[in-house]
Amino acid sequence: MKIGIVRFPGSNCEVDCLEAWRVIGQDPVMIWHQETSVKGLDLIVLPGGFSYGDYLRTGAIARFSPIMNDVIRFAKDGGLVWGICNGFQILTECGLLPGALLRNAGLHFVCSPQYLRVESNGTVFTNEYKQGQIIQIPVNHGEGNYTIDDEGLKSLQENNQIVFRYATSNGQVHRNGNPNGSRENIAGIVNKEGNILGMMPHPERVVEDIIGGVDGRGMFLSVLKHFERRGQRGA
Amino acid sequence: MEPKVWREMGLNDEEYEKIKRLMAREPNFLEVGIFSVMWSEHCSYKTSKPILKKFPIEGPQVLQGPGEGAGIVDIGDDLAVVFKMESHNHPSAIEPYQGAATGVGGILRDVFSMGARPVAVLDALRFGPLEEGNNKLLLSGVVGGIGGYGNSIGIPTVGGDVYFHSSYSGNPLVNAMAVGILEHKHIAKAVATGVGNPVMVVGAKTGRDGIHGATFASVELTEESESKRSAVQVGDPFMEKLLMEACLELIQADIIVGIQDMGAAGLTCSSSEMADHGDSGIEMDLSLVPRRETGMTPYEIMLSESQERMLVVPKAGKEREVEEVFIRWGLEATVVGRVTDDGRLRLIEDGKIVADMPVKALTDEAPVYHRPTREPSYYQELKQVNLENVELKESAENVLLALLTNPTIANKEWVYRQYDHQVGTNTVVVPGGDAAVLRVRGTRKGIAMTTDCNSRFVYLDPYIGGALAVIEAAQNIVCVGAKPLAITDCLNFGNPEKPEIFWQFEQACAGISEACRILETPVTGGNVSLYNETPGRAIFPTPMIGMVGLLEDIGQVLGNQIGTEGEQIYIVGELEGEISGSEYLAVFENLEAGLLPELNLQAIKERLKFILKLNKPGLLQAAHDVTEGGLAVALAEMTAACGADISINSSSELKTLFGERLGRIIISVPKKHADAVESLAKADGIPLCYLGESKGINLRIKVNGRECLNIPLGKYRPLYEQTIRNIMDSENEE
Repeated sequence: MKIGIVRFPGSNCEVDCLEAWRVIGQDPVMIWHQETSVKGLDLIVLPGGFSYGDYLRTGAIARFSPIMNDVIRFAKDGGLVWGICNGFQILTECGLLPGALLRNAGLHFVCSPQYLRVESNGTVFTNEYKQGQIIQIPVNHGEGNYTIDDEGLKSLQENNQIVFRYATSNGQVHRNGNPNGSRENIAGIVNKEGNILGMMPHPERVVEDIIGGVDGRGMFLSVLKHFERRGQRGA
Repeated sequence: MEPKVWREMGLNDEEYEKIKRLMAREPNFLEVGIFSVMWSEHCSYKTSKPILKKFPIEGPQVLQGPGEGAGIVDIGDDLAVVFKMESHNHPSAIEPYQGAATGVGGILRDVFSMGARPVAVLDALRFGPLEEGNNKLLLSGVVGGIGGYGNSIGIPTVGGDVYFHSSYSGNPLVNAMAVGILEHKHIAKAVATGVGNPVMVVGAKTGRDGIHGATFASVELTEESESKRSAVQVGDPFMEKLLMEACLELIQADIIVGIQDMGAAGLTCSSSEMADHGDSGIEMDLSLVPRRETGMTPYEIMLSESQERMLVVPKAGKEREVEEVFIRWGLEATVVGRVTDDGRLRLIEDGKIVADMPVKALTDEAPVYHRPTREPSYYQELKQVNLENVELKESAENVLLALLTNPTIANKEWVYRQYDHQVGTNTVVVPGGDAAVLRVRGTRKGIAMTTDCNSRFVYLDPYIGGALAVIEAAQNIVCVGAKPLAITDCLNFGNPEKPEIFWQFEQACAGISEACRILETPVTGGNVSLYNETPGRAIFPTPMIGMVGLLEDIGQVLGNQIGTEGEQIYIVGELEGEISGSEYLAVFENLEAGLLPELNLQAIKERLKFILKLNKPGLLQAAHDVTEGGLAVALAEMTAACGADISINSSSELKTLFGERLGRIIISVPKKHADAVESLAKADGIPLCYLGESKGINLRIKVNGRECLNIPLGKYRPLYEQTIRNIMDSENEE
């Protein structure tokens, strides 16, 4: 499987994503933001960071970068796109995912271990987890407060697009477990077709015990297995 | 020229006469400006130099000692650790967010200009009490600024420390330390050599911000300081990220001779120092310097402290390659001059020479002052305060709870939660540990780092206190399983023109030197911040120590948390502490006094070696040093997952539970290793005292068979963990 990680000048989790994939046994390529094609790739990762400094609005400028035109085309053709943190912000800015990410309630940047409940293990990105499983993946953002209008929320729910919700240590989806004020404790969503995932937590930070846990591995393995299965089917 | 001119720039009349002599003529306005910043305390160390010269700076591990942007220490495998600490106190007092942010930016540039990729930032912060004045706003702004800069550039903020004391009200301390990793072959230096080699300004454009920042840092803060807000720079972490990537690419491409950060005194300091190091001269045409404002005078261009700029001397003919690297990162690189062999700093504007002065006059000839020292009267008085009748004022339980909710001791999660401490995915011990630990990718090694200074000890006895700051840092490094390697320092003191202050400075440095000599942790660089005074009052002398250590095997990393029931808990070192200078005395008697226990550095060194010896074969579950608040507080800090049942015999409940004395470390030992630990201690002649074992969900302490404390974790942990959050979230938060 061929993985590309988009490197904006202010990305800062791109190497972490690269190293995480290497732990899983894959060797992604970096794609510079000024490139114009993602041809030949199976998965595009939009990593965390501050793409272009993000002084305006997180991700607001990144959507106009040369590479994003082709990422948008790739995504609309059904290609797999995985946005983490700033990557999620960019995906909402360019309309590939619904909703928006506002300044955290409480206004502070939050870097902290975080419990999540897997709300849907039916996606390409989460099929290694059990439905309702509680996993711990750190959050690290100043603008992760997910918001969406009533109609949009209803649509997310009806189409089973909510993938992760913030939870307490005992698995309750409750205000106490919500680090940023996100509506309905939403931490990650997919588009209707299920090929585009955006999430605020950082699974690439939890793929080795020595750096704090392995709960993020499931996502990498899920995507990998998806491609292995597809390969076996001769797609 | 009117005396008013040089006096306002911070030069005294004798200094001005000396400049005239060195120039063999009257200097012009621009030249006086350049002299004034180069001869400021911040750039010249004119007051502190005679003292700093006495620091031990050599050791087999030292690849670069003081004098460059940062120190470099070998860690084997052709790798090295690059690190340095620097203050940004005065800017942070006036403009906390930007002051702290640019402090981080500046120290990072010091590290990557050496060719190292920064891997971590630590911040040592000191504020006045949160209930006083604007201290809450200062804490909030400083923490926001550190996070805002570090989080964006993508370098984890992994540690540091925070103290609160009334002496810092109005003059907070913001000391940032950066740590980087470097391959030996990529070491870069701040040097300009090779006649005719071009001189290039790279990175951000030059604006009017921060003019005379170095001079501003070298005077006391007064009510007029507010009007010098323009001397505070504004940071742009995105620009710095680009600059960092471009500079590292440049250094690795091996096309440059030298590179230096434009920090304090911007273009002036970087060009003079690079020429000084290269025994060369530099000629620059200021009309070529890219600016972001129109109508800037040569004076403003030379003294601007606009951030995110570097001065680079490429090899001749490589200008184009340098430009290409910077253009790829969306930055500018502009040739503004060339290296000469006449030993002069010559500045040209519109074809006219606007300044022409000997480089060595700016650097080597800077005045050196041997300031008088005088032992302050408080020193003997406070030593002699009789503490024999001090007794436990309340139940041990109440005292413990009061200490755990004292902001200096309370958990700092509110602070470090706002810092990205994991980006880079190398952080093995996150904030909250005794020291931070990062793995070194591609090796089995780990590096440990910490910042420490208990300034109350330094105030009571600067010599002992200075040594104790080093000891505490070494203890923290050892408690994560690492061997102490070397230190950087940030020496924060009051006005050195006052003999009592200078005495503190001299004594503290002597204590640091002695401890560094014994522990074999040489000083590799640092920074001096003097004039930390608000009207009528100096800060407690605060020589902050930043230390790095090495774990040969990251698998040997040690935590500070008791794991499960049945672990055997011991203290290495004396069971009893002293009341003098303790947190107990300050909180319950409102007294900061007493004679500090005599220092036995050799004995402490043996104990530290002993801890590492126990850890190597895996005999330890956890280790934690006993500092502010004493044994009871240290035990409370170690018990988040499991309680402990402690039973000790002692003549003084107060001294045993809440007395303080450095050189003491609590260890928690899996039961099966207890015998081995005890016999090793006996064989090595190390004082070891059994305290009890981990058990249940309470911290229970008996002294002489009487239960004096029995508190559930569920009671004290939340108080300890949420104190600062509760204070910061209450009422006047913006």
